[in-house]
Amino acid sequence: MSDAFAFTIDGVEVPARPGQTIMEAADAAGIYIPRLCDHEGLRHQGGCRVCTVKAGGRSVAACTQPAAPGLTVDSETLHIQAMRRDLVEMLFHEGNHLCPICEASGNCELQAMAYRLGMTEPTRFPWLEPCRPVDASHPDIALDTNRCISCGRCIRASQDVDGKGVFGYVGRGIHRRVAVNGPDLAHTDAAVTDFAMSDEVCPVGCILRKGVGFSVPIGERDFDHKLIGQDIEDRHK
Amino acid sequence: MTEPRLIEISPVTRVEGHGKVTIHLDRDNRVAEARLHIVEFRGFERFIRGRLLWEVPVIVQRLCGICPVSHHLAAAKAMDQIMGVDVLPPTAEKMRRLMHYGQVMQSHVLHFFHLSAPDLLFGFGAPAERRNIFEVIRQNPELGRRAVLMRQFGQEIIEATAGKKIHGTGAIPGGINRNLPIATRDRLLARVGEMEAWAMDALALARTYTLDHADLIRDFASFPSSHLSIVRKEDGALDLYHGAMRAIDATGAAIFDGLDYRDYHKVLVEDVRSWSYMKFPFIADLGPDDGWYRVGPLSRMNTASFIDTPLAGAAHRELRAVTGGAPNNATLTTHWARMIEVVHCVEKIAELLHDPDLQGTDLVAKGDRRAEGIGVIEAPRGNLIHHYRVDENDQVTFCNLIVSTTHNNEGMNRAVKDVAVRYLSGQDRITEGMLNHVEVAIRAYDPCLSCATHALGQMPLQVELFDATGALIDRAQRGA
Repeated sequence: MSDAFAFTIDGVEVPARPGQTIMEAADAAGIYIPRLCDHEGLRHQGGCRVCTVKAGGRSVAACTQPAAPGLTVDSETLHIQAMRRDLVEMLFHEGNHLCPICEASGNCELQAMAYRLGMTEPTRFPWLEPCRPVDASHPDIALDTNRCISCGRCIRASQDVDGKGVFGYVGRGIHRRVAVNGPDLAHTDAAVTDFAMSDEVCPVGCILRKGVGFSVPIGERDFDHKLIGQDIEDRHK
Repeated sequence: MTEPRLIEISPVTRVEGHGKVTIHLDRDNRVAEARLHIVEFRGFERFIRGRLLWEVPVIVQRLCGICPVSHHLAAAKAMDQIMGVDVLPPTAEKMRRLMHYGQVMQSHVLHFFHLSAPDLLFGFGAPAERRNIFEVIRQNPELGRRAVLMRQFGQEIIEATAGKKIHGTGAIPGGINRNLPIATRDRLLARVGEMEAWAMDALALARTYTLDHADLIRDFASFPSSHLSIVRKEDGALDLYHGAMRAIDATGAAIFDGLDYRDYHKVLVEDVRSWSYMKFPFIADLGPDDGWYRVGPLSRMNTASFIDTPLAGAAHRELRAVTGGAPNNATLTTHWARMIEVVHCVEKIAELLHDPDLQGTDLVAKGDRRAEGIGVIEAPRGNLIHHYRVDENDQVTFCNLIVSTTHNNEGMNRAVKDVAVRYLSGQDRITEGMLNHVEVAIRAYDPCLSCATHALGQMPLQVELFDATGALIDRAQRGA
């Protein structure tokens, strides 16, 4: 392709096309940049900032920043790794992420990201300990928003893919959180067949399809034997 | 005039592993009262409310790190009821049974070798620094090695059925989430013969100890009581996983028998006393004073009509013969009973591993939803009851748990008082050896409160001795 160009991530030359973000080009080259709010098939948001890289000396979100010819990107420096670990740790402190009793454990991207980034125990920040009732009003879906990390993937999936508006943000600043468009989920047009309700959209154990629970045995869950992002890294092995 | 004496009960923060014994002396330094205080504030019954029904078996197993499988399975059985499932697919039931036998085996082995063996091998009054598993290993390396490897085997059974050695996820409402791969089965089968031989050696050790110390055991924390367990519904055989409730009195006569455990609340009442956070269950018809009972391995030997595996069955008959077929009420005989159950579990494990149903693929049954579920199982320490109600949104609205240690509350208190009267009455100073006699009596019940001491025998136990004026004469404390 005549418009193709190259830039570097951690000194490795990465081919790119015009319009590609740093993350898209990195994925295609088999270089994994950690992310939580980004998901293949959904528009980029740049919200969680876990994908922060240094591009030309500036901190940017790799999921939204376009790649550019000759750009020098730093991703796996000690400083950036530590910052990503801090961001993930703060997410644990903001919610009630009790991995031992959560049915998403083993499939949870937040948990997997913590393992990948070397965060084994959240201890350094104040616990916010939200106390939000579980919304189990819908016959097929339950919401435990104590585990929500406000990534907004469900909002984009519902709006952009399902053509609905089941979820949206409410509140501002630290009080901003994901809410349903109604008094409870049963009073929305949510359906278990929505893409927003599929187990690939919610990265944590917030949106739960009823009755699934712990039906996948330990050892067969998504991250029991591989790191998050390993599928991307394996593309070019 | 006797001064009023007030014992302050300070709640401890740990759910398990902390106990306090208080002993009141009269003006002649005689024991007037002795109590075991357990501040077992679990909180699970309250904070499980609002959770989703399929989460319950995974959440409530966190009650315990020693026998989480018991809570996992009791809750799963209750959730089976709520899912309208009365009969599990054979693969599911047998995988759960395998898990449970592995669990009972490893828990009993832990208790016998790591906790009680130091007392039994070195004497109740042996120096404290010798009464631990390390001394057992030092003096008898082969025994110590077997203790570790037998536990390992039990834990590997659990891992094969639940995914993890501790706090797995195998049982789900209506069934199980895995079967047993052939390779795993063969790996376990390769070791089961050795386990059976070692279990028989452990049984011989416990049996010999019991018979050789008959005079001590006859009088040590030995008192008549009722006994309760589930037994196999059809024939009254020992069944640790499922059955009907049977209670017998101190003479062996049935108080009730063949009772559907879903009716437990019709025969059992939980009493509350001001000085303990743990409730005192009793048999309703007999009232709070006479209706208390014991549970656990010795009680199961008393309630079960027979054991359906050959080696454990023969051992059971021999134990029953000691009392001429009447209930055996000598607390320390529990060690013998416990080792009979280890043999039984290994025999059952061997039987199940040869069963092709474990490789079946029909894992979950479905039925018509119910609002209430009750699951009962025989945990290593005794009968365990889980009772839940769930609303139409699948959220728990009610939970009641009666754990083995709670069933045994009155029995343990009687044991403490019996030993205190026998060994402390008239003494003005407590020696460490006397303290351990009290511990030995408590420890025989393998209560959950001793979880924290399982590693080194350092039960965080406090004994306070008051004179008739209420003044503290002496206090002995360890491991707090």
